[in-house]
Amino acid sequence: MKPRRAIRPRLLRAAAYLTLTAVGATMLVPFAWMVSTSLKAPAYAVEFPPRWLPSEPMTVTINGRECRVATVEATFLSRQGESPSAQLRVAIFRYSPEGVHVQVLSPKDSAGKEMVVPESELQTVREVHLHWENYADAWHAQGVRVRDAFFGLVRQADGFMVFYTNSIFVTICITIGTVLTSSLAAFAFSRLRFPGRDAIFLGYLATLMVPAIVIMLPVYALLSNLRLTNTYAALIFPPMFSAYGTFLLRQFFMTIPRELEDAAVIDGASPFGVYRHIILPLSKPALATLTTFVFLHSWNDFLWPLMVVDRLALKTLPIGLAHFQDSYTTEYHLLMAASVIVMIPVLIVFLIGQRYFVRGIALSGMKG
Amino acid sequence: MAPASPSLSTPSTQVRRRRAALLQALPFLLPNFLGFLIFTFVPVLACFGLSLTDYRLSPIASLHDLTEQVRFVGLANFARLLGFGREAGRLAANDPEFWRYLGNTFFLMLGIPLSIIGSLLLALLLNQRLRGITLFRTVYFLPTVSSAVAICIVWKWIFHQQPNEVGLLNSVLMTLGLANPPDWLGSMAWAKPAFIIMVLWLSVGGYNCVLYLAGLQGVPQELYEAADLDGAGSWARLRHITWPLLSPTTFFVVTMSIISGLQGSFLFTAAFLMTAGGPAGATTSLMLYIYNYAIAWHQLGYAAAIAAVLFALVFGFTLMNWRYGQRLVHYQ
Repeated sequence: MKPRRAIRPRLLRAAAYLTLTAVGATMLVPFAWMVSTSLKAPAYAVEFPPRWLPSEPMTVTINGRECRVATVEATFLSRQGESPSAQLRVAIFRYSPEGVHVQVLSPKDSAGKEMVVPESELQTVREVHLHWENYADAWHAQGVRVRDAFFGLVRQADGFMVFYTNSIFVTICITIGTVLTSSLAAFAFSRLRFPGRDAIFLGYLATLMVPAIVIMLPVYALLSNLRLTNTYAALIFPPMFSAYGTFLLRQFFMTIPRELEDAAVIDGASPFGVYRHIILPLSKPALATLTTFVFLHSWNDFLWPLMVVDRLALKTLPIGLAHFQDSYTTEYHLLMAASVIVMIPVLIVFLIGQRYFVRGIALSGMKG
Repeated sequence: MAPASPSLSTPSTQVRRRRAALLQALPFLLPNFLGFLIFTFVPVLACFGLSLTDYRLSPIASLHDLTEQVRFVGLANFARLLGFGREAGRLAANDPEFWRYLGNTFFLMLGIPLSIIGSLLLALLLNQRLRGITLFRTVYFLPTVSSAVAICIVWKWIFHQQPNEVGLLNSVLMTLGLANPPDWLGSMAWAKPAFIIMVLWLSVGGYNCVLYLAGLQGVPQELYEAADLDGAGSWARLRHITWPLLSPTTFFVVTMSIISGLQGSFLFTAAFLMTAGGPAGATTSLMLYIYNYAIAWHQLGYAAAIAAVLFALVFGFTLMNWRYGQRLVHYQ
């Protein structure tokens, strides 16, 4: 992209920024709407036209009574023969056939004065009010309270507490298990010679294209016959052994020059020594990529936990949130607060690991 | 590990050598390979086996149960799934729902070409040397890494339409002057387009965009400089340099999008949480159909047959793509 004249590139640049910003804003709208709704009072979660800033009518307490606050325009008062300097802020007492009975709050000089104003002249005053307690309400929601969770260690707990514990436990087990076993296998496929190696690797490759549901159905049948559904084992072990991790790491290990390990082998290093001290340290980017992929995938996985778990105490965050949605279908402020609760940690992990993630897509994409 | 010269190795030393090589590899291979066999490889074969039975997920405790519960029915499941019969003198599908949900699956894939074009355009913009590109790229990628369940819940709220409650999208449409905006998720006509809108939002800045960006960064800068000397405009450069050089990426992106579109795991989540496959089956895809047969109705044999057909579709598309799509790919 060589600049030709000074003006055109600058215009193009502005247009590019404008488009990128517009698309970015569209991307963020659902997230912003989620956060906005999560901070609204239940009564004001559904409003037309919708408000982005959570707000509600302002009230004041006069003689123990809660009154809504409104404004009256100066033009109305001057038609009444008075000469106010600005609009009045009033508290609404009651409605009657003659109009609305109000008491003036400000400006100071006419404060306390009572008058009757036609309803059409009143403008409701709203104030921003962020209901952070919605998050606590979602967290402690009765509809998802759990008994006897986490190997019986927890007698009774808040739903999201349990879903979080389950998700963290299951995701960490799957991630460590996948990275460990598939890096060992990838080492065997890329560095060791043994009979049947290529045939076995072909078997791995062949399963890469098979739709996940094809694999899930028989495993589900097996687990339900062994009465292993509704266990942590059912959540953890089946997703650990897809061919993907082994394939990705094997492709990366193949690019590490053999000369690097020759010296170690001559010095008498065992295969495990080569794996541990040469291959693994040189593969940090690939390992980080696989870790991020597996972590995000199992953290967000919906279908497999949905199939093998229906006990509330074993639910992970995605299916726990789905359960929450079933119980609080129309309480949008709680639904959105719960969604934010589920979304936050994964966004943090992504922001930290995004370098590896983006590189990983290019790596696995272009070589697969 | 240089291979021994053949003249030196007698058969017995060769066997020993092979055994030693295997023993050396086993500790590395076994942890993953055993799991892979049990949880990936054998299940693939078992699924095809199951599709030839009428197994209904009744418990199997003994060999007697096995022969009792898992009856071999040959291709009967496939005949029911794919076959046609005469009904009142007219040709009718044995399982009309399957064809309908297959149609739904293809309809919902209509968003794919739009999404790919959008990803390419975004990648072209992101490839300009501008400041703050990382920020844009991160924002575009956010939907891809977010929890699908949370995304479906917020989109359900955005598409919401009830007599006295209007969701965000319809509020905007009404403000723009549309008096009667559609009941997105509640109408046969609009439920699928609503899903496509959601998928476009989800995928336009996702994997495909990142892949295109990586592809663009591999295009040699000299080619553009040469084109500049020849007086080529931006369109000519896009048409004759960028597009042909990106064709391997496009090939990969199209292949992967079709494979994942047929499986539709996000659309499964969306249908499950937002519409329960409705209204009247309008958003039920093959995945949801399989799930219903297996989990809700316990007809595992039939579910396995549908899964096998899904696999055949994925396989067929990939094969066709390799055979015919490759011709359009320009390799440097």
